[in-house]
Amino acid sequence: MSIGQSAGSAPAQEGFDAAPLEELLVKYQGQKGTLIPLLQGTQAVYGFVPREAMTRIAEALREPLSQVYGVATFYAQFRLVPRGRNVVRVCHGTACHVSGAPLISQEVERHLGIRNGENTEDMFFTLEDVACLGACGMAPVMMINDRTYGKLTPDKAVAAVKEFRSKTEGGGQNGGDPAASADAEATPATEEEA
Amino acid sequence: MGVAETIRRPVAGRPRRGTPDVEIGICMGTGGVAAGGDDVFAAFQQGLKASGVYGVVKPREDTCEGGCASITGTGCRGMCAMDVLVDVTTRTGGQQRTVTYGTVTPAMVDKIVADHIVGGEPVHKWIVLSEEEPTSHNEFYQYQDRLVLRDCGRIDPEDIDDYLDEGGYQALYKVLTEMSPVQVQEEILASGLRGRGGAGFPTGLKWKFAAEASSPDGQKYFICNGDEGDPGAFMDRSVLEGDPHTVFEGMAIGSYSIGASEGYIYVRAEYPLAIKRLKIALIQAEERGLLGDNIMGSDFSFHLKIKEGAGAFVCGEETALMQSIEGKRGMPRLRPPFPAVSGLWARPTNINNVETLACVPWIITHGAAAFSGRGFEKSKGTKVFALTGKVKRSGLAEVPMGLTLRDVIFKIGGGIKNDKPFKAVQMGGPSGGCLPESLLDTKVDYEELNRTGAIVGSGGMVVLDADNCIVDTALYFLKFTQAESCGKCVPCRVGTMRMLEILARICEGEGVPEDIPLLEDLAANIKAGSLCALGGTAPNPVLTSLKYFLEEFEEHIHDKKCRAGACAALTTYWIEAENCNGCRACARACPVDAISGEKKEVHVIDADACIRCGACYEKCRFDAVRRQ
Repeated sequence: MSIGQSAGSAPAQEGFDAAPLEELLVKYQGQKGTLIPLLQGTQAVYGFVPREAMTRIAEALREPLSQVYGVATFYAQFRLVPRGRNVVRVCHGTACHVSGAPLISQEVERHLGIRNGENTEDMFFTLEDVACLGACGMAPVMMINDRTYGKLTPDKAVAAVKEFRSKTEGGGQNGGDPAASADAEATPATEEEA
Repeated sequence: MGVAETIRRPVAGRPRRGTPDVEIGICMGTGGVAAGGDDVFAAFQQGLKASGVYGVVKPREDTCEGGCASITGTGCRGMCAMDVLVDVTTRTGGQQRTVTYGTVTPAMVDKIVADHIVGGEPVHKWIVLSEEEPTSHNEFYQYQDRLVLRDCGRIDPEDIDDYLDEGGYQALYKVLTEMSPVQVQEEILASGLRGRGGAGFPTGLKWKFAAEASSPDGQKYFICNGDEGDPGAFMDRSVLEGDPHTVFEGMAIGSYSIGASEGYIYVRAEYPLAIKRLKIALIQAEERGLLGDNIMGSDFSFHLKIKEGAGAFVCGEETALMQSIEGKRGMPRLRPPFPAVSGLWARPTNINNVETLACVPWIITHGAAAFSGRGFEKSKGTKVFALTGKVKRSGLAEVPMGLTLRDVIFKIGGGIKNDKPFKAVQMGGPSGGCLPESLLDTKVDYEELNRTGAIVGSGGMVVLDADNCIVDTALYFLKFTQAESCGKCVPCRVGTMRMLEILARICEGEGVPEDIPLLEDLAANIKAGSLCALGGTAPNPVLTSLKYFLEEFEEHIHDKKCRAGACAALTTYWIEAENCNGCRACARACPVDAISGEKKEVHVIDADACIRCGACYEKCRFDAVRRQ
């Protein structure tokens, strides 16, 4: 199957809990044009779109799996692999670009040791380049989860990432503990913005 | 008059129960929230409570008999560079006075409460706008003409009564009681309103086509395109966040005119706040009978759904957008048939942009002549621009068509940040182009701008200064369109990739003279061979840059030089010994420890270790770090 190959890095979801997906399928039953809302709902519940969910959606909609996979990979919003517990979004809108966003990304990438779209090994951070966060007056900007950091320089950006980590870990979350990360991986992400 | 008698005129359901002595309005648009609007809001609530002088009330729920204040979260009022903006209106001794504070932080709130709200004396140093004490920022609004943004930043977008108090849904009432569908089309046509999404097609004509099209089962659809994807454009978001009902009202009027009973607002998933406020507004409008079955008691019904996009720039193209609503990949298709004949689910469909629809209630209320009386030649009314980049006052500015670019950038925008020299203004995002200083007297007008090679587009206006490289900017936009190409047409899918590779190698210092004619050749083929506007306009940023800034391309290719110092591979950094006082600021900023030197001694950059990130250049305050 093409899905197995293309989403090869996705860890097998042992004990995929289909119940929330079944609820979604009931909610949208009989309506037109529901594939995208179903995928959005799936991602909101599971934190990403698991392979098993795509198979089930295809079956329920009587669509070929290729159609579901095609839609899921066409739109930037859908992720087929799990995401880290915290998301760093570096804005690359025009205003941010001309104000130095490439340097911000470069330094944050160097600090975290990952590239755009990747997770840190401990699943603490995911790094994402985004098109425009809409805070053009404060360019260049970056978000860590829901908080926006504006008028950045490369060192301010790295300092913010460091501070976030030390605060969060100091605050009792086991950010660096691999055992805890494995647990968190299976936990549905709840901070989904959409 | 039987019909008119049964139709109920909309009024605010919960009238205000008094006028508070103090009204505080805090910008809670995306920009305002990003700057800390929520914290400022909480600080005012706490500060007022702590003062003991004013009780915080909700004017529609609580009675107010002296000594009370209200706090409202509003939408964006445009001057985003000064967020968080806070309006403070005081009424003492029968005198009403409003001042606006800029860049407010929670730490400033106690002083504003103590000195101004309790003490009666505004904190003058923090005022950015005031009628009594004009500041240079007053220029920001002086040249504007706010029709679309009339209520943005003034009303609470989460309270329909605020909109109704401002005359909301009266235009829809007028249409339902006094106008036939054809009269509505004629009124909009006479106003000269053209599509604000970029294409500039006359809106009245679009409605006429959809109205005249026949549907096999009578079903027609009315869609609002809120898939604002151009990087650097955020006017649609601000309208949706700040005044959602005006868009609903425009849609309902349009649907009445074309005979549609179902509609969709398609909004980018990246606009969570807009989606949240639309959902709230939709529930409120339906509760009041202003949307849904038998609107205002008439026989006109209109059902609206909010559809979240899933992150694809191409879905701003109308045929792709409809594919996306149908749950498919958003890929454009050949036109004809146009959506007016066969659109969503193969039914006649009309699609208008957010800003276009926000003009509609204003036109119906004030008349077509009031709208067409503004503007220039074939471009009537106003246009909202998102002014960003290296400009002092970035934000949203709504100006009458016909104003010059120079006025927008230097009067409204206040000129270039740090008073550096102006280099170019990028108009119309990835479909537009960069214009040089010599064209700054070009008027904001569809036809005039088209002649330059740039476009009005959706209204993004990004200002560049001498530190920005034209080739790099062209590369930036092409990267965007290349990534967003849906892949259907080969010239767009493959051609943009080839152009991107060529631009990238020019920026890397590996360009060859043949690259320029090759770029032009590719551009011509992509434009000619692409189905939709994404491919059809993707080469524009490159073509206009070549037209007006050819010498910069040639410098990159022949002299291996980037005059802006933006292309890392073509830039070297060194320290001018005379100016260096050994403060170590640059060495601390260097991410790769390429700068050596003891404190109070001249520093040196190790050229081999240097990654040319420019961090030292930004940091040095003594003009000792140089680059070329």
